[in-house]
Amino acid sequence: MKKLWIPLTYVVFLVLLIAPLIKIFTGAWANGWGGFIEAVARPQSLHALWMTFLITIIVTVINTLFGVMLALYLVRADWLGRRMKQLLNSVVDLPFAVSPVIGGLMIVLLLGPNTVLGAFFEDAGFKVVYAMPGMIIATLFVTFPLMVREVMPVLQEIGAQQEEAASTLGAYSWYTFWHVTWPSIRWGVIYGIVLTVARCMGEFGAVLVVSGNIINKTQTATTLVYQDVENFNVIAANSLALILAAVSVGLLLLMEWAKKRKEVH
Amino acid sequence: MQIEVRNLNKSFGDFHAVRNVSFNVEKGHLIGLLGPSGGGKTSILRMLAGLESPSSGDIVFEGKRVNELPPQERGIGFVFQNYALFKHMTVFDNVAFGLKVKKQAKERIRARVMELIELTGLKGFEHRYPHQLSGGQRQRVAFARALAPEPQLLLLDEPFAAIDAKIRQELRSWLKDMIERLGITSIFVTHDQDEAIEVADEIMIISKGRLEQKGTPWDIYKNPQTQFVASFIGESTIVEDVSKLKGFANATSWPDTKALIRPEYIEVGRLSEFRIPSATERGRVKHIHFRGSEWLVEVEVGSNLLITYRSLEKDILHPGEEVSVLVHRAYLFNESDSWIMENALKEDPMPIHI
Repeated sequence: MKKLWIPLTYVVFLVLLIAPLIKIFTGAWANGWGGFIEAVARPQSLHALWMTFLITIIVTVINTLFGVMLALYLVRADWLGRRMKQLLNSVVDLPFAVSPVIGGLMIVLLLGPNTVLGAFFEDAGFKVVYAMPGMIIATLFVTFPLMVREVMPVLQEIGAQQEEAASTLGAYSWYTFWHVTWPSIRWGVIYGIVLTVARCMGEFGAVLVVSGNIINKTQTATTLVYQDVENFNVIAANSLALILAAVSVGLLLLMEWAKKRKEVH
Repeated sequence: MQIEVRNLNKSFGDFHAVRNVSFNVEKGHLIGLLGPSGGGKTSILRMLAGLESPSSGDIVFEGKRVNELPPQERGIGFVFQNYALFKHMTVFDNVAFGLKVKKQAKERIRARVMELIELTGLKGFEHRYPHQLSGGQRQRVAFARALAPEPQLLLLDEPFAAIDAKIRQELRSWLKDMIERLGITSIFVTHDQDEAIEVADEIMIISKGRLEQKGTPWDIYKNPQTQFVASFIGESTIVEDVSKLKGFANATSWPDTKALIRPEYIEVGRLSEFRIPSATERGRVKHIHFRGSEWLVEVEVGSNLLITYRSLEKDILHPGEEVSVLVHRAYLFNESDSWIMENALKEDPMPIHI
């Protein structure tokens, strides 16, 4: 049995993970270095990469901030009832359970130009759906559980006693957070950031629905790849995909390193 | 610091953890909160520290009500059961934490920390991390850290629970000496009666959230005021009908009364070993157990099974052997009252005066 399973595992691994990577690589290089440069240097490519970059930065910052805060509240806050905590705790996982496309659709239905809220923002000169804010909200929706789920178990494991000890020694919450809590959770946070960045760059469904995929306006790298494939521009699609894949692989290597560090303090 | 606690209550949901507890602690005293696990001792300690807020009642430090004061402002030191050392900080930084929070000058912090490290016998370990220390050393770091900001009240939650038996003994006397030397008011929680008796100036017995009795260890041993205290302190057997034992026939005057008899109230041995044989009765040895420094003897008297000790210097008894048993006194209790009854036959009926 063992003799059969080991090669089979390798085959699955190769077919599912390595073969597509090689295909992307050779595809991007089909017309040599020049073809790759040409594909990436198109104005819509540069714009799409810039959009992805911006969304990633903004979403990661917001998600880190609120993810850590929510994790702290869910684990530590006594003023939050036990039932309330349970409810919030399960709602946090909602984006894992709901398809990103449906997540995007919910945002359109809630904030689209034909809705009360959407009309209100539009009158105020602030376009949400089919614009940057909507795309950020959609990406936030999709990435929200990542940070909370990374930080919560670390907080639960270290317990509240070190923080209580700090309070009996005269330290207030801000000082305690930076000198006592943060050093214990920082590797968990870094792990969460890596996951969030990877997810931001790769997000497709929710962003596609919310952005409307308008070239040079609301197009991100992933939606441009999709469009290039639709237009049989295979070299361009592969080139952009290669860039995304290279960054992701780099991040995953970083994550492995962070995971190792997480275990030592 | 002089402490006064009035009608303290604490509920966690439906669970009434602390019920109407009131007590005073004088400045410089070392108090042991003793009782079974889950009895509310730690809740009381945490309320004194401000880590938990009382459901009702007052906590007064030096005549000032501190209920609303956060832990940061109470001037207390707290030693946690598992020490709660900052694991990413060295021993030095752990001890210095409370001083750095107060933004004291670097040299002053250094001087104070080194003084405490010396005092707690941790010299040479100041650059180690908590996970590089033994249990006893961690406990001392926790102690030094709590003392660094010069608190007026030291609170210790099961300070010796996580340390192995041999070192625990040393640490107990070390801690008692240290607290006496510093003259700091201290309250510690323990479920170990030996520990409380050995270390504390005064003991408070807590059970099911109630304060059962407060007093010196000797007081509590000698005059237990409730049945719980009597059975919790020291070893004992409960006897349903004490009037059947020789010398306690009077007990029939109080129906529904049970007796609690401590091993040290009972003597067993050959008849010739007793000064007043008429006060003894016959019993049969059921089991004997070697207790390291003495024998623990289980002896059957009528339908009662009594437990007592016997010196290793005396003849060894054997299971099944007929022996004489003298019960010096019993602690009687019923629903409403409790008192101590001496063996009525112990007074020599025919004293010989020379």
